[in-house]
Order: sequence, then C-alpha cells, then structure tokens
Amino acid sequence: MIQVEALTKDYGKRRAVENLSFHAEKGEILGFLGPNGAGKTTVMRILCGFMPPTSGSAQVASYDVVDQSLEVRKRVGYLPETVPLYPDMTVFNYLKYMADLRHLADAEERVDDVLEIVHMEDRAEGYISNLSKGMRQRIGIAQALLHEPEVLILDEPTIGLDPAQIRDVRDMIREIGKERTVMLSTHILSEAQQICDRVLIINKGHIVAEDSPEMLQGRLTGARRISLFVGGDPEGLLNLVADVPGVEQAVSQENGGVEFETSPGEDVRAEVARAVVGAGYDLLELRPLDLSLEQIFLELTRDEPAIPVVDGHIDEIEDIDQNDDEDKDFQEEVE
Amino acid sequence: MRNIWTITRRELSLYFNTPAAYLVAFMILLILGILFYANLMAAFVRQFAPGVEVILSPFIMILLFGTAAITMRTIAEEQKSGTIELMLTAPVRDSEFVIGKWLGAFLFMLIIVAITWIYPLVLNALVDPGIDQGPLLTGYLGVVLICAALTAIGVSISALFSNQIAAFFATLGVYLLLWVIGVPSQIQGGTGDSLLAYIDFSDHFYNTLFRGVIGATDIVYYLSVTALALLIGTLIVETRRWR
Repeated sequence: MIQVEALTKDYGKRRAVENLSFHAEKGEILGFLGPNGAGKTTVMRILCGFMPPTSGSAQVASYDVVDQSLEVRKRVGYLPETVPLYPDMTVFNYLKYMADLRHLADAEERVDDVLEIVHMEDRAEGYISNLSKGMRQRIGIAQALLHEPEVLILDEPTIGLDPAQIRDVRDMIREIGKERTVMLSTHILSEAQQICDRVLIINKGHIVAEDSPEMLQGRLTGARRISLFVGGDPEGLLNLVADVPGVEQAVSQENGGVEFETSPGEDVRAEVARAVVGAGYDLLELRPLDLSLEQIFLELTRDEPAIPVVDGHIDEIEDIDQNDDEDKDFQEEVE
Repeated sequence: MRNIWTITRRELSLYFNTPAAYLVAFMILLILGILFYANLMAAFVRQFAPGVEVILSPFIMILLFGTAAITMRTIAEEQKSGTIELMLTAPVRDSEFVIGKWLGAFLFMLIIVAITWIYPLVLNALVDPGIDQGPLLTGYLGVVLICAALTAIGVSISALFSNQIAAFFATLGVYLLLWVIGVPSQIQGGTGDSLLAYIDFSDHFYNTLFRGVIGATDIVYYLSVTALALLIGTLIVETRRWR
C-alpha cells in the first residue's frame, strides 16, 4: 500500500530525510517513531502529496506521489500534526466542505457517520473556534476518515487528548487498521507498543530500527536486567553484588537499590540472593526487568558520545530525555 | 469545475460571516456616498448637469483600496493557519484552489458594485432629463472588468504571504504601480512608452469605457490581466510545495 524507495528531502541546505526506504501492507498499522525533528512529518507530507521529495520515489496505493498526486490524495486520509481547521466554520459545515471537495455522493450522511465515530455528534452545529484542543483533534481525525480512505496517515494523532480520549482514539485506530493501512507517527513509545504492528524508529532522517514492537524488545534484551532492593542501609551493596560471578554492569539506583545485568542464558539470582542475605542485608526485592521500548528508543537514537555537551549547550539527547520524561508522566496519567 | 464552485461557495459565505468584510463593504459605500454627495453639491453650485462620472471616478479609486482589503486574507490566511496543508492534500488542483478563491472574492466585489447601482438611480431622478445611459453601462462594464483583474492580482499576491497586512500593502503597491505606469509615456512617446501605456491599468478605462466607448482591446486587456494573474497565483501555490 505504501512503498517508499530511497526517499530524500532537503530544506535548503538542511537534509531532513535521507535515503529512507520502507513499505507498509494493507491491514497494517505502521508506527513512525522518533524524537522531534527526526523527519517524521516530512515523510508524511511527502506521502500525502503535500510536497515532492528531493529525490527517491514514493508510491501510495500504487500511485506515484509526484506524478499521480491527485490519485494519491483521493485515497489518503491525512491528519496533519497541527490539525488545521477553519475556526470560522461550524463543525458540520467544515466536514461537509471537505466532503464536497472529495465529491462524496452522500456527503451529509458521511459527515454524520464520522461525527458518530469520533463521538462529536452533539457539537455538529458549534463553531470550531469554540472547541477544545482534544475536540479539534477528533474533528481532524473525522476529516481524515470522511472518504473511507485506503491509507490513513496520522501525524501524532493522540497529542492533546485526555486519557479517555486517547484510549478511544487508539481503539479506533486499531479498528480501522484491520482493513486499511494506517501510518501514524508518535513520540509516545508505549503508544507505538500498544497499537502498531510494526515500528520504524527514525532519527535524523535515517531509519535506525524496523521491526514489530515485540521483536525490537527481544533484540535488545539478550542480556537480562535485574533490579535488587534491600531494606535498611544499602552501603556496600553495590560492591557485594558486583563481586558475584556472572554479574555485569552493576549500578546503584537513586532509591538505594542496585540494577545489574547477567550474561545471556545464565541465572545468577540464587547466588546474588545468597550473597546479599549472607552479608546481613534484608532482601526485599529481586526482580527481572524488561527493556522497555523507551530504553530501546533511547539506545538507538543515542549518538556518540553519550551526552554531547558543547560550550555548555546540551543538545538533542537532553531533549529526548526530556520528552521521554514527559511521556512517562503522560503515560502514568493514562494508566 | 465542481471543486472551484465548492471553494467559491465557502469563500462567499465566509465574507458574509466575517465583520471585516462587512466593514470594508460599508466603508466603500460610505465613502462613495460622501463623495457622491459632494460632487452633486459641486454640480449644483457650478450649475452643470452631472453625468455618471461623478460616481465612477471616485468609485474606481476606492475600489483599489477596497479590493486589496477584500483579497488580502484569501490565501495568506490559509498559510498562516496551516489550513493550506488541508487544501493541498485534498484532491483539488492548485489552479482550482486559486480560481475558487478568486471567484469568491470577485463575486463579493460584484455584490458591492451592484449596491452602488443605487447612486445612478438617484442621479437619474435628480437630473433632468436623466443622465446619459451609454457611459453608465460601459462605465459599469469597466468597473466589473477592473474588479475581476484587481481581485485576481490580489489573490495571487496573497499567496505570497502569510501575513494579511503585508499582503494588503503589497497588493496596493502593485495596483498603484499599474495605475500610474502609463504616465511617463504621455510625456515621452515612442515604442517603449506605448508598451507602458498598454500595460497601464487606468488608460484602458478612462480613455474608452469611462466615456461610453466599448473597445475590444480594453476588454481583452482586463480579461488577460485576470487570466495572467490567476496563472501566476497558481504557480506561486505550486512552487510553495517545493519550498
């Protein structure tokens, strides 16, 4: 459904996307994951026929996005990141307008249908300028669904929604994704984990990983990570644990606990437990950790050196960390 | 064609929903009314029978400002709010988008022009035995043609900006330039100058239509300016994708 070959896009001298190739099949939900400025929006805009690539080619529903732009646009539903709407129109008139531009025969019925899908029937006669951010987002999604597109491209569809709406939208996307191709971008990792069949992680215009969320997780969790927590004063715990054979990369945590990795295939939990208890600590917790997609993401999008500090400016990596912190907070709200 | 009409309809209804458009229409009619009254008084004092020119000559000048004010938002607003992304990803040709915008603005201007028809009616009633009908009809034909060309230029220039005020002043600048570009030729003469005279916006009106003469060249001139401006507008929107 979506076929992208060696896509490159320059904005003036800045290269936003470089030599990107990927594809998406019918009935697949493809997640596009990356830090801000990674080129997600650029790729989506190219696929929607908003702008042509500098080089390379892209096909949507087997039409070329440059040469057969109109055909592509007929078949794609697009929710831009900024959710542009006409504030001086009513919800119904706006959707009717977009439906008319797509020559839908039963425009008014379709508008009612999509309003029902996004649960906005009661605001149909209200002006868009009076809607909240979350409601606008839902109108934007409704607009993208109007013509029952074969391919749905959603740029950060859950941003600005409240937790209940996020769940609704995710359910909706999963539902739509059963029959159609959905491509969505996000920097909320758990979202990609929850809804996508396949995840593309891009950074600085390059694909750094491409796989199903489970496989991505498996790929980087060859080594097992274990968290250890004791009661009382944890002093000396780190050295004790690090001395146990088979334990690698032991680091102490802020809460007084210790995290360490074991070599693949080896289970040293029993030895660690004996050593800890033998040394007189109260063992409270010994728990294996899964690397979350979040950590994988950080791992993959991290540049060398790990934290580049240039003239006191901490760039990008710092940004990513901040975003992730926000995401975590956000996620907690959701759950 | 269908897309053009869809866009035009939205544009028109938008004009009727926004106070700014009413304000511009009101100002055009108010200023024209005041000048009409002043011209009538002058004719009364100096004892001559006024013709339709007491309406048309101030009207044309007011139109320059009014049209710039009406067209400034057309595309600039979409670029500012980002809704242009919706338009350019909908299955609508760039030319349909631009022509739809133009037609909306043009029809709104035509409504204003139609309302001013009341002044010739008043004039006709006041002047005995009535005003000369020839210049009235050709004059209004000229006004309609000028409106078409001015709105086309305004819409195209609006596509260059995302700031409406900038679009307004740029549009006004182009209008005034076209308005006076023929002036040097009146002094000099020669091929280059006759070219300037041909490009000049006002010459095609004041020398013929204003005096009750219908010249094919003038009609062709205004229609080609309209078409050319719309073509340039489409190109501007198209190149926007490459930026």
